[in-house]
Amino acid sequence: MNYHSIQELIDAAEKEKTSISEIVIRDQMEELECSREALLQRMEKRFSVMQDSVKAGMAPDLRSTSGLTGGEASKMKAYAEKGGILGPFFNHAVARAVAVSEYNAAMGRIVAAPTAGSCGILPGVLVSMLEEGKASREACVKSIFTSAGIGIIIAEKASLAGAQGGCQAECGSACGMAAAALTELCGGTPAQAGHACAIALQAQLGLVCDPVAGLVEIPCIKRNASGTTLAFMAAEMALSGVIFEIPVDQVIDAMKEVGDSLPCSLRETAMGGLAATPEGRRLARQVFS
Amino acid sequence: MNVFDVIGPIMIGPSSSHTAGAVKLGNIALSILGERCVKADILLSGSFASTYKGHGTDKALLSGIMGLSSDDERIRSAWALARERGLCCQFHPGSIPGAHPNTARLTLEGETGKTCEVEGASIGGGSILIHRVDGLAVNFTGQAHTLLIRHQDEPGAIAAVTNLMADHGINIGNFSLTRSKKGGEAVMMVEVDSEPDQDLNERIRRLPGIMELIFIKR
Repeated sequence: MNYHSIQELIDAAEKEKTSISEIVIRDQMEELECSREALLQRMEKRFSVMQDSVKAGMAPDLRSTSGLTGGEASKMKAYAEKGGILGPFFNHAVARAVAVSEYNAAMGRIVAAPTAGSCGILPGVLVSMLEEGKASREACVKSIFTSAGIGIIIAEKASLAGAQGGCQAECGSACGMAAAALTELCGGTPAQAGHACAIALQAQLGLVCDPVAGLVEIPCIKRNASGTTLAFMAAEMALSGVIFEIPVDQVIDAMKEVGDSLPCSLRETAMGGLAATPEGRRLARQVFS
Repeated sequence: MNVFDVIGPIMIGPSSSHTAGAVKLGNIALSILGERCVKADILLSGSFASTYKGHGTDKALLSGIMGLSSDDERIRSAWALARERGLCCQFHPGSIPGAHPNTARLTLEGETGKTCEVEGASIGGGSILIHRVDGLAVNFTGQAHTLLIRHQDEPGAIAAVTNLMADHGINIGNFSLTRSKKGGEAVMMVEVDSEPDQDLNERIRRLPGIMELIFIKR
């Protein structure tokens, strides 16, 4: 990509009086040497896989390969149908994020967005917007280019890998990417999309990667749920006109610095955090005995 | 890096390194074997050894050896498929000193009795690095069309191959050479920008001192 900071993307979009997604689409048509239709079609395919994984992950009898997780999306869906505290939209969104993550743990077919460990957040946000009638399919697919543009910049400036930057690099990035897409989808300006991304990222700054038994299950599945809800929070705040005081590119730099200073035990090695708790260790023994 | 590296790949979970990358390792080992595999012995090292059961790394490697891609839903039932296809496979959790945490060494036997040994690591995000083929050190990712050319270490061997490639309009993106000893057996690893045709590969095979050419399609 020819843009190396989120501010560059925002500036280009403002100058051309268009969206970040449009800037990313034009850039990628050139880079991948393909037509707009081909590019959109390829992304559309990914969105379809996201939708399929939401559906498949709702099965009540779904279980992961290790046997540790599964079936909670189904519980959450039943609860969402009754309304819950924040209403059906919120709870269905959580159910969708959990569904995709549980399906991933059960060796289902998913889209890494940006990683398999954080694959529930974008579908939790975007499939909800579509299925609850708040956005068209076309607009959802287009908004994924905003997410992707931001993801590329985070990968360049910091990291998208839990083993390198902790969970902030995976679920944190996915949440920032989703918040920006959502803001654009709801009519926010490119600058507001940037603030949404910053608000989402700061909420997960320092989040460690501490998977029980080294598996992409506990706490990953529920972190996809929290990443989804934080993306909505960040977009709502940015759309209200709230800004984040630290520019989004500097938030990403901070993410990099924080990630680099995380000890090895909190970077996907299953040697610290929740993985090292007595119950975390017991579950690990149970899986590998 | 492009948008589809970040939104993608479409893959079978749960882990890009332990599942998607493992399928790719199997795919490359199969390309190197060059025929249907009937027997596989797989040594797992590091995190692969300790967590392969929970991540389905065994099923992923097995699927790769059978030629499935990393988004194929049959990966989940790879063991049943292997039995059906007459592929006998054994996994040995162990350790390869100094290796990347996610390393596997695959020893394969094909239907005509041909064998190969491939060692590689899954280095994150579904990307892999092949370190060793039949005991000789190599270094390639499989992201480009790759030719592994086993030859006698003698003057002009490299020039003969690269001249033929130039004649066919093939541009080289990366090149490395390793040899067991001076004048012994050597391996050229050549990454090229476009797919070489059968004719070129055949002509390289017929060059003096060339023992084997393995083509690994991107």
